[in-house]
Amino acid sequence: MRQPVHDILVGEDYASKWGFSSPEEYYFRAPKKGLSHELVEMMSKMKKEPEWMREFRHKALDTFWAKPMPTWGNQEALGKIDFDDIYYYIKPVEQMGQTWDDVPEDIKRTFDRLGIPEAERKFLSGVSAQYESETVYHSIRDEISKLGVIFLGMDSGLMEHEDIVKRFFGTLIPPTDNKFAALNSAVWSGGSFIYVPPGVRVDIPLQAYFRINAKNMGQFERTLIIADKGARVHYIEGCTAPVYSSSSLHSAVVELIALEDAYIRYTTIQNWSNNIYNLVTKRAIAYKNATVEWVDGNIGSMLTMKYPCVVLAGENARGEILSVAFGGTSQHQDAGAKVFHMAPRTSSTITSKSISKGGGRTTYRGWVKTAPNAEDVRVSVKCDALILDPASRSDTYPTMEIGNPKVRVEHEASVSKLSDDQLFYLMSRGLSENESRVLIVNGFIEQFVKELPMEYAVELNRLIEMEMEGSVG
Amino acid sequence: MEYRRSLLEVRDLHVEVEGKEVIRGLDLVLHRGEKLALMGPNGSGKSSLSMALMGHPGYKIKRGAIVLDGNDITGLSPDRRAKVGLFLAMQNPVVVQGLSVTNFLRAILKAKRGEEVPIREFREMLVKAMGLLEMERSFAARYVNDGFSGGEKKKLELLQMTLLNPKVAVVDEIDSGLDVDALKIVAEGINRVASEESAFLLITHYRRILDYIRPDGVAVLMEGRIVASGGPELINQIDRQGYDWLAVKTA
Repeated sequence: MRQPVHDILVGEDYASKWGFSSPEEYYFRAPKKGLSHELVEMMSKMKKEPEWMREFRHKALDTFWAKPMPTWGNQEALGKIDFDDIYYYIKPVEQMGQTWDDVPEDIKRTFDRLGIPEAERKFLSGVSAQYESETVYHSIRDEISKLGVIFLGMDSGLMEHEDIVKRFFGTLIPPTDNKFAALNSAVWSGGSFIYVPPGVRVDIPLQAYFRINAKNMGQFERTLIIADKGARVHYIEGCTAPVYSSSSLHSAVVELIALEDAYIRYTTIQNWSNNIYNLVTKRAIAYKNATVEWVDGNIGSMLTMKYPCVVLAGENARGEILSVAFGGTSQHQDAGAKVFHMAPRTSSTITSKSISKGGGRTTYRGWVKTAPNAEDVRVSVKCDALILDPASRSDTYPTMEIGNPKVRVEHEASVSKLSDDQLFYLMSRGLSENESRVLIVNGFIEQFVKELPMEYAVELNRLIEMEMEGSVG
Repeated sequence: MEYRRSLLEVRDLHVEVEGKEVIRGLDLVLHRGEKLALMGPNGSGKSSLSMALMGHPGYKIKRGAIVLDGNDITGLSPDRRAKVGLFLAMQNPVVVQGLSVTNFLRAILKAKRGEEVPIREFREMLVKAMGLLEMERSFAARYVNDGFSGGEKKKLELLQMTLLNPKVAVVDEIDSGLDVDALKIVAEGINRVASEESAFLLITHYRRILDYIRPDGVAVLMEGRIVASGGPELINQIDRQGYDWLAVKTA
């Protein structure tokens, strides 16, 4: 039987379960809102960074200022971001904790309520907990670190393994990639750094949890994962924030490097409160025979724009992007996938499931490209949208650029409404209208849910149940 | 004469689908312990009646009443009708993508009882019921009606009926698309669920299934009305002569 990690009171809403807040008492907070070279300089100094990183940040800030906002996507929502009304750096504690006892009481209580220490004891290889701009707690099981696996906060990663970081940092997503990648590059703080040595398999997941507590906060974590030849790793991230009327910005950059024969799975359960802009750039490269899988669940946030990407750089490399988006009232999930086939005999699978409800919006945006030399490539794209009521909306923008005739492409897309016949069938068995809807929606995303570790699968099903509460008009 | 309480009473029922009247003043009574065959040609309104009885929103009841074991269910939603004890085994049950048979059955049992069925008890019930219907164990892990053959769909309907044990079951053309072996298994399944405490309305086009489930009586539906009713001997007459002679009679 599947058991949830922690008790979930069904019917309790986001505000009381995840949306609570703690007093804003911090070790250090940027003296004022807004961006400046002074801020970047101060952050880099406080973090005692090497010269090249300090320069990288300053240059990125100029790039951010020079770059225009995206001219596509939800212009209305994007237009409301006020970059001058955001705190870009908050250091909640002086030092990161090695045990939960080292973590200040308020913050520890927050993570307790979110079930993190319990999950750590039960089924994780390591945990990283980020609060505002910094990693406040970090642990890895002894048996994993003895294998040479490095799992650190990104800041510690830079301090302790500068050579590896310098080699890979910003190589897949340079600051010039897009405005938000530039912003992250300028003011990044926290995130995870993982290195798995050749042939080492980390079968039990590593997890990071991201929490925004302050109002008008910007969180800019930076994650870099390197799986060396033949290594395997599964990384999971979760996130929540208090419900405030003013908005906060979460803009991460995640780079995954899977060397020959390596395997990386990156699972996200994004459950930000509905006042968060979630504008994230995620990209992976898979070398010969390597596999990268993005398993991407977007439930929360006001506006999410995120298109996890895999660059298939070596023969027989494989990429998979499996995503679910739930667009509820006043939400827009603009999500999708990108795959670039740069080598022969590479294959990719994109499966996107979206649900829109209560006037919410979902958008699928996909881009698959195969290079002229990429022969015998297989591409499969499947997008299913479920629209639960007439006020809600779903759009699909798939793009394919096929550069070689020897490519097998499958593409399927469907948009369906919750059917009266399905509802009637389930209700005729004694299930209420809402129970019926929950079963239909959970069935619709089952393909995604079954890829999650058990505890997360339960959590996601409950989340959907909560989102569906009161959906009967 | 023995006194038998009625379990289902349909009085002067008028039903419209997309503005067209498909049931036009229908009266029907089912008594406790009774199995009644409802026969009629294609398009006579048999399936419309079953949908209207169960409360499909596309079948609008314009007049009349449906009373189940003393409860007027005419205006109730399908789930409330099910809770009062009505069950409809559908002719074309829909696919519910991603919902496993196991999770579905657990959910409907929970809805019936108002609490979760303990997992062990549920497993025992399921294994037993599936065994009787000669269903493979792997069936429980499949998604509801997804890729099912005609026979598998009918068996899933019957499996639900078995677990829910309704007071009144309406069985809509469960014989359609079944081979002889499957038909026997399904008929035996219905005979097991049927009891002195329940009542069955067996909707069928052909007599085939009625050789295995002996009904107590027969009603014939044509153009939205009951045009004849009688004992089992009526089945043979319809089998020999078809329905046309009844149409002439009503004209």
